[in-house]
Amino acid sequence: MSLLREIRFTLNGVERRLSVPITMTALAMLRDVLNMTGTKYGCGEGECGACTILVDGQTVNSCIMFAVDCDGREVKTIEGVAADEQWRPLREALVEHGGVQCGFCTPGMVVQASHVLSKNPHADHHAIKRGLEGNLCRCTGYKKIIDAVAAVAGEQEVVP
Amino acid sequence: MTVTTIPKQSLIGQRITKRDAPEKTIGQTRYIQDMTLPGQLHAKILRSSRLHAKIISIDTAKAAALPGVHCVITAADVPEQRPIGVKKDQLPLKTDRVRSYRDEIAAVAADSPEIAAAALRLIEVVYEDLPPLTDPKLSKLPDAPRLHDAPDNVALTFAYKHGDVAEGEAESDFVIEDEFSLHFVTHCCMGVSGVIAEFEPSGNLTLYSNTQVPFLHKRDFAELLNIDPGRIRIIQPPIGGGFGSKLDIYPFEPICIYLARRTGRPVKLVFSREEEFIASPTRQPLTVTLRSGVKKDGALTFRTVRTLLDNGAYTSWGATTPFVMMQTFSSLYRVAHCDYYTEAVYTNNPYSGSFRGYGNLQATFAVEQHMDRLAELLGMDGLEFRLKNAQDRGEVTLQGLHFKSCGLKECLSVAAERSDYRQKRERHQAQQAAPGTIKRGVGMASMLHVGGGAKIYPSDGCGSILKLDDFAHVTLMTGASEIGQGSETVLAQLVCEELGIPLDAVTVINNDTDITPWDVGVHASRTTFVAGNSAIGAARKARDKILAAAAKVTNLHADQLDLRAGYIVRAEDGEALMPLAKMLRSLHFSDMAELVITSHYYEPPSKHQDKDYKGDVSAAYAWATHVVEIELDTATGIVRLDKVTAAHDVGRVINQLGIEGQIEGGIVMGQGYAITEHLMFEDGLCLNPNFRDYKLVTAPEIPEMDITFIETMDGEGPQGAKGVGEAPAICMAAAVANAIENATGVRLTSLPFTPERVYRALTEARR
Ligand code: FES
Ligand code: FES
Repeated sequence: MSLLREIRFTLNGVERRLSVPITMTALAMLRDVLNMTGTKYGCGEGECGACTILVDGQTVNSCIMFAVDCDGREVKTIEGVAADEQWRPLREALVEHGGVQCGFCTPGMVVQASHVLSKNPHADHHAIKRGLEGNLCRCTGYKKIIDAVAAVAGEQEVVP
Repeated sequence: MTVTTIPKQSLIGQRITKRDAPEKTIGQTRYIQDMTLPGQLHAKILRSSRLHAKIISIDTAKAAALPGVHCVITAADVPEQRPIGVKKDQLPLKTDRVRSYRDEIAAVAADSPEIAAAALRLIEVVYEDLPPLTDPKLSKLPDAPRLHDAPDNVALTFAYKHGDVAEGEAESDFVIEDEFSLHFVTHCCMGVSGVIAEFEPSGNLTLYSNTQVPFLHKRDFAELLNIDPGRIRIIQPPIGGGFGSKLDIYPFEPICIYLARRTGRPVKLVFSREEEFIASPTRQPLTVTLRSGVKKDGALTFRTVRTLLDNGAYTSWGATTPFVMMQTFSSLYRVAHCDYYTEAVYTNNPYSGSFRGYGNLQATFAVEQHMDRLAELLGMDGLEFRLKNAQDRGEVTLQGLHFKSCGLKECLSVAAERSDYRQKRERHQAQQAAPGTIKRGVGMASMLHVGGGAKIYPSDGCGSILKLDDFAHVTLMTGASEIGQGSETVLAQLVCEELGIPLDAVTVINNDTDITPWDVGVHASRTTFVAGNSAIGAARKARDKILAAAAKVTNLHADQLDLRAGYIVRAEDGEALMPLAKMLRSLHFSDMAELVITSHYYEPPSKHQDKDYKGDVSAAYAWATHVVEIELDTATGIVRLDKVTAAHDVGRVINQLGIEGQIEGGIVMGQGYAITEHLMFEDGLCLNPNFRDYKLVTAPEIPEMDITFIETMDGEGPQGAKGVGEAPAICMAAAVANAIENATGVRLTSLPFTPERVYRALTEARR
């Protein structure tokens, strides 16, 4: 089928080297080639945030990123964020505050929220809402997700 | 020796976290989209590129020759096809005619989704166009094309009547009539539709499905495949949202099964988002002509209702929503005379399924706007007018609904008081003509919905099996499915409450028809009520058994004992007498060890309605009032939702965290219906099958939400609870319309209130 290219990148801290079709999205590479299904397909058009991953510390919709563009970069997925103790309070807050219903949007929300909080550890409600604007959720009405992230932001120690 | 005493503690009303939430936050939950079976093929469906046409020929030769393609089917290849849907008016693969753009023509199973998609592009279809029919108002005209063997293109009719509307009109001091029109929206489950079908060599079928009604579908699939239902097993992996969309069999499911049967391999079929917009069900669009009357003293006299439903090309559950709508017209308020008639007419548009609220958003939109209009004619306050006509506990309506618990008046008063409805309404009204383009408005709407199941099938029951192991761990096998709404957590909670065990001592199994007992499915806000009662029934049997055995050992009476925190205790003072695990272990080693006997089948005490739609269809009814506050910019037509004050009669709160989540999610879904969402069609073609142009509400747009629960302790409800899943979406559009009127003096009767449409409507009204 389509042309293959070899790429090397770090995925959740582990060096990876693989050949991917040049037309393949990063999302398809994660899900179909690497069988890491935590990252979700919600729209394939960069409109829902279900596929959010971190690339060199920035959140990206992996459905509109080519897999080959991961070359030489540091990629972190929900599996990586889940393994990171730093974000345990965030994950627990989502559970405690009831921010999870069907859960399909949740991995993308967690990745995005971790990003919002690492940029702005004391993000207020307004900043959190703005930060999560690109992540759609059909179940919760967002309120409990926002409350969960705000609780974490409030809890983080204020570094003078 | 120290004596341990354990006080009585209840789990009911606590904030219990969702059992499946932790694994969801780490991306470990495997949805159907994430599943891969060994040897699995991928399927795709070719859909019509014409609105309405004869199929002259289909050539699949090139597609079949593509390397990696295992099977291509058209209707001609599947002679065993049988019609599906509520009226059995379509075949999964269409034979000689297509009636809408979504129509399924051919399907491919291939090694990868990409190959399957490439194969579709090689299929050549020759069509001969037929005249289109996309306006339901034209369906019955004599020269309209006939879409099915149905006189006047009428798919279904519903007629309901009580009293005599002519008499009602004669006694009225004021009579008003309006036409309301409601638009297409769709569920937008974040997880797209999907199914995996696998046949064993024995011919048994396992279906991995997102269905909300596994047991009904098992029967339907058996009929469809002409095999014994006992040979079908439905497994429901976690689901990325349901909201009613998975209540019917849609063509993709049998198509996937046909491909699996032909290839002898597991076949997976998953939609793209675009396909989800085009080919999954919608909410029923319709027009409502409502005529209402009132006496000077504020008593409602009559309602005459005519609704015209755009049935689309085929018939799914959306066409039956009048069944629910008529309850709102006949019974939300006391009205002596009511005449309701509806027709669902075929067009070449998409067909609608069931969607949270099931017609009630549409009916409430009309009724609650008329309540405001009538109040205004009477010079009465909208709240007072509603209170005057509101139903009460104990009432049996003229349709036969019996309100054994009813908190409508409390809902009205509480929502009005907490939002300062009266004062704000006056203040905003006075500001309508003031300079400036930013206007504020407040609007109210109430609703009535089934809250104790709905007896529309021969049974509305649910079975439960409890298995108690020798370590006091309990497994609940229930027919009720978890679709994200939290039923699993609530059911576990109810079992723990009876058996006095911690939440983590219960496992809930709810997703495999080979294991779980029968249930009619997730719909009609019935799960907490029906499955909850069923689980409680089973747990009480287990409790009785345990206490009877403990009585023997302790020389006390069973009613002097209680189960708390994993112990058998003396009820009086809570003294721990024996660990429950010890008791259960000894039962396992005795000849009384029947510890899987506690099956329980619960049939709610409701009735089938008669042919005139009269009868008490639900064992309990849920009530709610929403007051919404908006800001509207007349220069742009942008409506912003500032605050929603909601009061819900839920019987009793079982899981505070879960019920808040249901209400908040429903409010925002209702906000989308009112303000942002609009699935647009031009000549039957969907114009916005993506999230860029079909706008869901996003995080920054949500309103402040003030939610109060009115606990009326329903006598039939599990621990007093009633169903709530659908309720919160229902009032929103009506309340927003009333708020827009309060802000501008202009009444908008056509949804949605998107900026362009609001701007245009306001401009037209000013002319
Ligand atoms: S799947 Fe990537 S943004 Fe929706
Ligand atoms: S929890 Fe279902 S989409 Fe967010």
